[in-house]
Parts: sequence; C-alpha cells; structure tokens
Amino acid sequence: MNRRIRTITIICLALILIASLTLAGSLMDPEAYAPVFSEKNLGPSATHLFGTDWMGRDMFMRTVKGLSVSIFIGLLASVFSSVMALFLGTFAGIFGGKVSAAFNWVVDLFMGIPHLILLILISILLGKGAKGVAVGVIVTHWCSLGRIVQAEILSLRESHFVHASYRFGHSRVWVALHHVLPHVIPQFIIGMVLMFPHAIMHEASITFLGFGLPAEQPAIGIILSESMKYLTTGMWWLAVYPGVALLLVVVMFEALGSNLRMLLDPYNAQM
Amino acid sequence: MLKKLTASVLKAVLLLVTVSIVTFSMVEISPIDAVESYVGEAAVTAEQRAQIEVYWGLDEPPPVRYVKWAANLLRGDMGVSMIYRKPVIDVIAERFQLSLVLMAASWILSGVIGLLLGILMAVYRGSVADKLIRVYCLALESSPAFWIGMLLLLLFSVKLHLLPMGLASPVGVPVAEAALSDRVRHLILPALTLGLTGVSKITLQTGEKMRQVLDSDYAMFARARGESVWRIVFRHGLRNIMLPFITLQLGSVSELFGGSVLAETVFTYPGLGNATVQSALKGDIPLFLGITMFSALFVFGGNLLANILYTVADPRIREEGKK
Repeated sequence: MNRRIRTITIICLALILIASLTLAGSLMDPEAYAPVFSEKNLGPSATHLFGTDWMGRDMFMRTVKGLSVSIFIGLLASVFSSVMALFLGTFAGIFGGKVSAAFNWVVDLFMGIPHLILLILISILLGKGAKGVAVGVIVTHWCSLGRIVQAEILSLRESHFVHASYRFGHSRVWVALHHVLPHVIPQFIIGMVLMFPHAIMHEASITFLGFGLPAEQPAIGIILSESMKYLTTGMWWLAVYPGVALLLVVVMFEALGSNLRMLLDPYNAQM
Repeated sequence: MLKKLTASVLKAVLLLVTVSIVTFSMVEISPIDAVESYVGEAAVTAEQRAQIEVYWGLDEPPPVRYVKWAANLLRGDMGVSMIYRKPVIDVIAERFQLSLVLMAASWILSGVIGLLLGILMAVYRGSVADKLIRVYCLALESSPAFWIGMLLLLLFSVKLHLLPMGLASPVGVPVAEAALSDRVRHLILPALTLGLTGVSKITLQTGEKMRQVLDSDYAMFARARGESVWRIVFRHGLRNIMLPFITLQLGSVSELFGGSVLAETVFTYPGLGNATVQSALKGDIPLFLGITMFSALFVFGGNLLANILYTVADPRIREEGKK
C-alpha cells in the first residue's frame, strides 16, 4: 500500500466515521437517552457502555447525541468562518495597500482580546444560547485563515506566471479564475477542516462555562459541565467517556485535515 | 530599534482605544439590563427604577457615557462592581494576584516541559519516545482544557486524595492568611491543567526547529568533528530555537488568559478568570468591561515584551541599531 492510497484510505475512513456518528445522533430516538429511574448511577457495563447518570439516562446514547449536536455546530461554524476568511482575505489581497492594512488592523483587534473573553462577550451580546455560540465561534475563527489567504494572494499577484498571463491579454477575472483560485482553494479546504477542532472545542468550553447551549440540549459541553457536579461522588464515567469521545472526534478531524493537506498541498505538507 | 518600539506602543494604544469602543458598544446593545442586575430579586417600582437610572447617569446617551467611562478609566477608576460591591480596580488587583501566580506557574511549566520534550523528540527522532511524545501532544491538543482539569481532579483529589478539590486556600481560611504550603497545594492542579494544555504547541514547534538544526550542514560538520549530539544541542541547537520559543511562549499569553478562565472554573480558584465568568453570568457590566480591558492590556503587554526580547535575543536585529 503506497502513501497515496494510505492517505486516501484514512480520509475516507475519517469521513465515514464522522458522517455515521452525526447521522446516528441526529436520527436518534429521544427515548434512547430518556431518564430510566430504575437504572440510576450505573457504572459502565455491557448494556450501558458509558454507564448511566443520576437520572438513569444512558450516557453512550447521550454522548452520541451530544457529539452530533456539537459536530453540527462545529461544521456550521467552520464553514461560515472559512468562507468569511476567504472573502475578507481575497478582498484584502486583491486591493492590497490601505485595504490590506485595514484588514490586518481588524485581525490584530480580534487577536488582541483573549479568544475566550471575546466569545463570552459575543455570547452575552446575543443573550447567550445556541445563537450566541454559533455566531461567536464563526466571527472569531476566521483571522488566521484570512491572513493565510491574504498572504497567498499578495504573493500570487507578484508571481511571474500572473504577470505573464496579463501580458497575454487575459482579463483580471480570467487570471483570478485560472491562476489565483487553484492556489487558494486547497489552502481554503485544509483551513476549513483544521478549523473544526478549534471550533468544536471552543463551543464545548463556552458551553461548559454556562454561556452556550441551553441545559436541556444534550451537547457535549453540557454533559461535561453537568458531570462536574458528580465528580466528587466518584461517578468518574460521566466525565471520562464523553471527553474521550470528544477527543476521538477531534483527532479524526485532525487526521482528515492533515491527510487532505498531503493530498492537495504536498509541497507544504512535507515540512 | 527605539523607533520600532515606539511604533508598536503607539499601535497598541490605538488598538486598546478601539477595543474599549467595541466592547462598550457591544455591552451597550446586549440585552443585559444594568438596573435589573443591580437590584437582583428585589422588586422595584418604575419610579425607583427611573431614580436609579438618573443616579447612575443611564438617562444620558451612550456616547456621553462612553466618554465619561473612558475618562474615568484613564484615571484608574473603572466604577464599582455590582456583585462584589467593591471598586472594580480593587477586585481586579486582588484577583489578578492569584491569577498571576497561577499563570506564571503554568507558563514556566509548559515552557520547560515543552522545551525538554521538543528536544527529546528531535534527538531521538523516529524512536518509540518520539512517537509517544507525538501521540501525547496530539491527545493534549485535541482535548479541551477544562476536561484535562476534570481528569486531574478525578485522579488526584477524588481517587487518590492527594490534593485539594479546589479554592486557593483551605475552607474558611482567607487566601492572605493561608500558609504557603497550603497555597502551593491548592495551586498544583490548576497550574498543571493550564500548563499541560500549553505543552503540545511548544513541544511540536521546538521539536521541528531542533530537527532542522540537527539536519543542518553546521550540525553535520560538528558531528564529523566528533561532537556528541547533546553537545550540538547545547552549543548550536538551543541558541537557534530560542527565538521561535520566545515568540511562541509570549504569544501564548492570550490563550493562557483564556485557559485560566477554564482552569479557575473547574477548580473554583478565586482568581480573575472566575470573576470573569461570574461578572458575565450575573450581568456585572462595570467589572466585565474592566476585565476585558485588562485582558487586552495583558495580551498587548505580552506581545510588546516579545518584541523587546526579540531585539535583545537576536543579534541580527540588535546589531542593526548600531550601524
């Protein structure tokens, strides 16, 4: 099995796993994680892989459901945020000069406030809840990708093949479509996938602090923050398994991102 | 060099002003009602409400209030915190002392561990140790800071009963009066949580950089001359990885601040991060604005320090000024 086939296999596996997890969670019957008061506080076993909580809810089902909610928000946020990065970065890169300086200024502004504080700020601005998290995660993650896109375009503008293409009499749009876009798209896709781990972890963190999704939603941040109250009673499985599941999802996205990079951008991947 | 520093200070000041305008407007249009969060559960008539608004100057338009707030801010007066019923500046000063100890401890921890692991990775490239460290970093990078804190809490406090569950001092003892040993015992877990989350980035970056050094021609020449790997690491490697290390460590100040919010929440450590969450949850606008401004100042301070250290540490920049 050569490197290329291995890379493609890993990408496919990660995609299948993520897709099936999300589907399983979104199609799940709420009965599967409904309270069963006769089965409270059970440790992990064959019938309840992740144990049950203080209301007798099956933690495995809750975790799958919660992960699907979190993946969904994470995906939404990274897609929107990277599109934002693409637009702003392209805009700044094409116009250069003052526009580019203004762009950098805004990025500096965003990076000047600690990320988590900014998320809290946006969350309270929008009155907490799911909207606050989604908007917060979207508007705070585009900065670094936006900078990458901008730098890419600024350097492409000065490259020989772009100048040559202009000399051949091609229009700006033609050059943008044929010479600039093919260079930016791989960066964009990789950036989007690699943004996901950040997005989902920030979503979980902000929810954990009490600014995110409402408590009745089985999101992973809610599950973990609830389990905090039961740590002292020795119910370790409430915190450990959902966290490990989250970790695995993040690792899958990272594997997806870095393998995509090997495929799409082999030069930069072999650092 | 001095010119460069003045420029970056000016830029920082301008950014801070923008931050203050942006945060003020954001809080202004947020649904938080200052009067409501002040009176809390108590019922007030519309008349009393209006009186409170006039007393606080809430009847004035937002731009006027911003100018007043900013002018007071410059004099070090950030208003009075509603939940602690103390001047904001006092709350921040008091809590920042605790947070600073926490952040400093974890900052040093992540720096030292990250540097060591990074060097080990580069020296024993391809070995089991290299792979283990890589997996370890990946796991750390892929798990949220608060969850790492919860795991540490489970292991060391709940299972092993080695360390306290939370707070910065034993129950009932004010932090200022607690014995040093007690304070250190309370600091270990939060600092470890915060330190561990910073490790992976440092490790991977310094490891990568050290690998480049060991692959370089001068390292090969040194090896041909009979120098051992460790000697090359100390004589050539450390100097070359120092610059990216400084940038990375000081650039992590923003994440450190965010991480401290999470770590302090898990361990109910009464620092600034804890106050941040409380002020935002309970709608304590003066305190939240104050903390936001303070955190921005803190981040800019870190970046500025990085710039200064850079010029000191890099002979190419240092010599530039002398020409």
